[in-house]
Amino acid sequence: MMLAVIAAHFVAAALAPALVAWLRRPALLLLAAVPAAGFGWAVAMTGRVHDGDPVEQRIRWVDELGLELSFRLTTLTWVMTLLVTGVGALVLAYCAAYFRRDDGGLARFAGLLTAFAGAMLGLVLADDLLVLYVFWELTTVLSYLLIGHNPERKANRRAALQALMVTTFGGLAMLVGVIVIGQTAGTYRISEVQANPPSGDAVTVAVVLVLVGAVSKSALVPFHFWLPGAMAAPTPVSAYLHAAAMVKAGVYLVALLAPAFAGLMPWRPLLLTLGVLTMLLGGLRALRQTDLKLLLAYGTVSQLGFLIVLVGAGTRSAALAGVAMLVAHALFKASLFLVVGLIDRATGTRDLRELSGLGRRLPVLLVTSVLAAASMAAIPPLAGFVAKETAYAAVVDIAETGDGTGVGAFAGWALVAGLAAGSALTAAYSIRFVWGAFATKPGVEPLEASDCRFPSVGFVAAPVVLAAAGLVLGFLGPAETTLLEPYADLFPEGVHEPELALWHGVNTALLLSIASVLVGIALFRWRDGVDRVEGVLAPPTDAESAYRAIMRGVDRLAVEVTGTTQRGSLPSYLAVIFLVVVAVPGGVLVAGQLWGGDGVSVRAWDSVGQAVVGAITIVAAVLAVRSRRRLKAVVLAGGTGYGMAMLFILHGAPDLALTQVLVETVTLVVFVLVLRQLPTYFSDRPLTSSRWWRLGLGAAVGVVMAGLALAASGARTADPVSEGFAEPAVSYGGGHNIVNVTLVDIRAWDTMGEISVLVVAATGVASLIFLITSRDGRWRPDDAIASAPPRHGHRPHRNLWLRAGRTVAPEDRSILFEVVTRLAFHVIIVFSVYLLFVGHNAPGGGFAGGLVAGLALMVRYLAGGRHELDEAAPVDAGLVLGIGLFVATGTGLVPLLFGGDVLQSAVVDFELPLVGHVHFVTSLFFDVGVYLVVVGLMLDVLRSLGGGIDEQSDDEDSDTAEPAETESSIETAEGVR
Amino acid sequence: MSTNLVLVAVVGVLFAAGVYLLLERSLTRVLVGVILIGNGVNALFLVASGPAGRAPIVGLNDVDDMSDPLPQAMVLTAIVITLGVTAFLLAMAYRAGQLNGNDDVQDDVEDASIRRRAERDEVSSSYDDSAGGTMDEEGADEPSVLQPVVQPGPDGEPAPVGPEGEQR
Repeated sequence: MMLAVIAAHFVAAALAPALVAWLRRPALLLLAAVPAAGFGWAVAMTGRVHDGDPVEQRIRWVDELGLELSFRLTTLTWVMTLLVTGVGALVLAYCAAYFRRDDGGLARFAGLLTAFAGAMLGLVLADDLLVLYVFWELTTVLSYLLIGHNPERKANRRAALQALMVTTFGGLAMLVGVIVIGQTAGTYRISEVQANPPSGDAVTVAVVLVLVGAVSKSALVPFHFWLPGAMAAPTPVSAYLHAAAMVKAGVYLVALLAPAFAGLMPWRPLLLTLGVLTMLLGGLRALRQTDLKLLLAYGTVSQLGFLIVLVGAGTRSAALAGVAMLVAHALFKASLFLVVGLIDRATGTRDLRELSGLGRRLPVLLVTSVLAAASMAAIPPLAGFVAKETAYAAVVDIAETGDGTGVGAFAGWALVAGLAAGSALTAAYSIRFVWGAFATKPGVEPLEASDCRFPSVGFVAAPVVLAAAGLVLGFLGPAETTLLEPYADLFPEGVHEPELALWHGVNTALLLSIASVLVGIALFRWRDGVDRVEGVLAPPTDAESAYRAIMRGVDRLAVEVTGTTQRGSLPSYLAVIFLVVVAVPGGVLVAGQLWGGDGVSVRAWDSVGQAVVGAITIVAAVLAVRSRRRLKAVVLAGGTGYGMAMLFILHGAPDLALTQVLVETVTLVVFVLVLRQLPTYFSDRPLTSSRWWRLGLGAAVGVVMAGLALAASGARTADPVSEGFAEPAVSYGGGHNIVNVTLVDIRAWDTMGEISVLVVAATGVASLIFLITSRDGRWRPDDAIASAPPRHGHRPHRNLWLRAGRTVAPEDRSILFEVVTRLAFHVIIVFSVYLLFVGHNAPGGGFAGGLVAGLALMVRYLAGGRHELDEAAPVDAGLVLGIGLFVATGTGLVPLLFGGDVLQSAVVDFELPLVGHVHFVTSLFFDVGVYLVVVGLMLDVLRSLGGGIDEQSDDEDSDTAEPAETESSIETAEGVR
Repeated sequence: MSTNLVLVAVVGVLFAAGVYLLLERSLTRVLVGVILIGNGVNALFLVASGPAGRAPIVGLNDVDDMSDPLPQAMVLTAIVITLGVTAFLLAMAYRAGQLNGNDDVQDDVEDASIRRRAERDEVSSSYDDSAGGTMDEEGADEPSVLQPVVQPGPDGEPAPVGPEGEQR
């Protein structure tokens, strides 16, 4: 059930944008029904929770992490659930009237706020520390998005980011703490951790880390500054997130863990000190605000400090008072925020220096505010008073006897004094709020009825309901005590059994209450003097500037680290990599780890031919390095490739030799196609020391690699795995060429990966060349052939050797080449198919076949230009690549249908009429896929690097006449300017 | 097992030459370096794959005389991938030539500007801790806040340039 309630929020959030687009603002009323239903569910559970029969739900999630979706409804979570769903429903309903009809961000906002309600509900119901953490961070992120509701203003963006940084920092600290606690306790289940709290130094540190999370979320000193910034959010968001719900998450977490960990050493000193400091600081700041919303924000900071003191004190009385105060605060603070929103909408301002005489215009709001503010100032008979009475009683107990906390008398009385002073400040800013919003002020023009739009009943309903609830709750002290008792009973029995009531008789608590209200009135009465004193005492620096200094420091550090390590120079990055190659594997080589110690036996060569070819390869490599001409370097590099092909032959690898020769040929032609667009010579580079350095590094890498070759060869002592390939290649793979069977069967996964890389490379090539022009229709050459300019003196021929030959300039044409191409093309294609089919039993296969077909296409292109290529292959290269990949993948997957493994192949023998016996291996289809991918790659490369470059240089040629004119016209335009 | 010294020498020289070229600025030379290193790796496979033998085709040759087929399958894959990489790098070289008139790999301008900032002890360009602007749930900043006037720095830092190279 609990998971369903939470999930309902997220479903509603997902639907919210559509609902808002359809119904506009009333959609929010519909969305409000979701948290309202959650509220109803929680109310229905009241009896069960009170009877000490917690509602539980557990769903296994990630077993390896011990992670489960577990939720549990106990007294504390029940209270939080009521607040989160109740206030959530009211605020969502309020939003329906608050937002302007034309607010463009409403759809997004409605979804975010509903999702937030769900996340908050998940946070309070979670019974797993990790699940709680997930919802915790979810509220942080949603809060960030809601604060940044209007991203048009820089200050809003900065405030949202600041809230995100501070609370996420705390959240990460908390995550570390949560993991330590969970690992030490052996369970992440909160109820079990509560029952058997782990202990030890690690747990103490972990608890402090969790408290850092709680303190940052609840905006305590020194993290308090993000909360006033969060007032950039729409006012209903402030009412919900930054008063009633999210900022209470920290208070909730402390309340949740207090029964287990309040006795740990740093717990009380940390929380009580920070709480009192926050209460005083927030109260003092609130007194100086002129924006009503900011006044309430600082008031919230102050109250959060108060709440942390109460729930963190760890006594039965303080716990009861804390939860009662939590409820009272949610009621009055949400109500006051909503009133501010109403005032803002009615008058267009929230500045108390501009508001005057509003009380007479909007008496309903005045009454609502007086009720809520009186509850805040702890005036009877309101809920705030009842809670504060019990709170005073609890801290007086601590001061007098320690009440089981071990807090000394001096510290105890300091605590009482701090809270009393804080309460006086609370009373003072409560009065300031009502006065500032509604009083008729001297020197300020009172608002006329025409300046003030009267809000609708529905708009006013939410704050009125919340304020009235605070009034009713004030009289229900005994009933509230009964309901909240199960939580308080988690703590050891104290000096007095606490009870929430309006009247406890005349005691210290009552006197403190009276005194703080009186001092509060005095502070308000002589506010100018207080303001002056505060101005003098204001510290020169504050936490926010510290935050900024830290952020600046992080940024500076990032700049320094990036500036030092990221030099932006490709050669220097590569040099680092090669230095590592020389240092680490080279170091191991020198240390003699890689050869067995008895040295390596060497032979000079296998055959004289090998020695000659090796020498030629070496000379070609050295000359390629020395070459200043591009073409020469490329041809020499090709020479090393042909040399390698010879070495393959001599080694007994005909497949490799065949493929290498084909690849080398293709590479050479493609190089030439591109090099015609690049300068003939490499750019001159001065002979600098860096050249010697590069030479040294290259030589070092060469020596290391030669050493590794020696070591690798010497390490070849075991029987190679491929010794067993021969027999299964024939019997299972159905082929005699072991290399080919290895490619398409034994190690077909490698080939699969390889053809994927080829598809990616081909796509990359095409995307680099066809940046601007699209490839659509490129393979329909008819128009181009028809529109080719008629050459003078050449009659159009009916019978052409190559149809698109006419599109080539006459001086570039070679009739002999065209004739040979015409005659040879189909023969080469047939040969490529032959290679594909015999590959299983003889040198050949999909790669070689595809490359040969690519060469045939290349010949067509060279003879007849790009239109001839389109004539030869009127398909999109991407289509060929895709079909190839599809065929290969399909062949791999089909065996699954017959209960085989992926890429398993089968041998099929059958008799075909006329043809006779057919011996057929299914992995041939895989090779067909490879063939198609290679053909696609070739086609793509030819279209891009051949045809694409042709076209672009044609365009440039035809443009050369015009730019001169354009440039001069620009100059003229600039001259005029 | 004895090691073939000719092949070891080929490996060493191909790697040395390839690394030297890879450390160059011209993309064409880098590409030639890649090809040489690719050939060097294939030669390394040859050295490591044992003695030369006959083609690994069952029925044509005796199994005991065959060269090791597994490294051959790997090298075959490597050869074809080198072709794909070559085509891609060539397209990059062409594109660079089209944009700059040559195919030299330039130092990254953005990295250089970060380095200048580090030398001058400045914050990053995206960092902004100015306290300007007012928070409000409605409306936008004043135009002057939205578009701060960019002035060239005292040491002549270039004015911002658009992606197409035109001055804004």
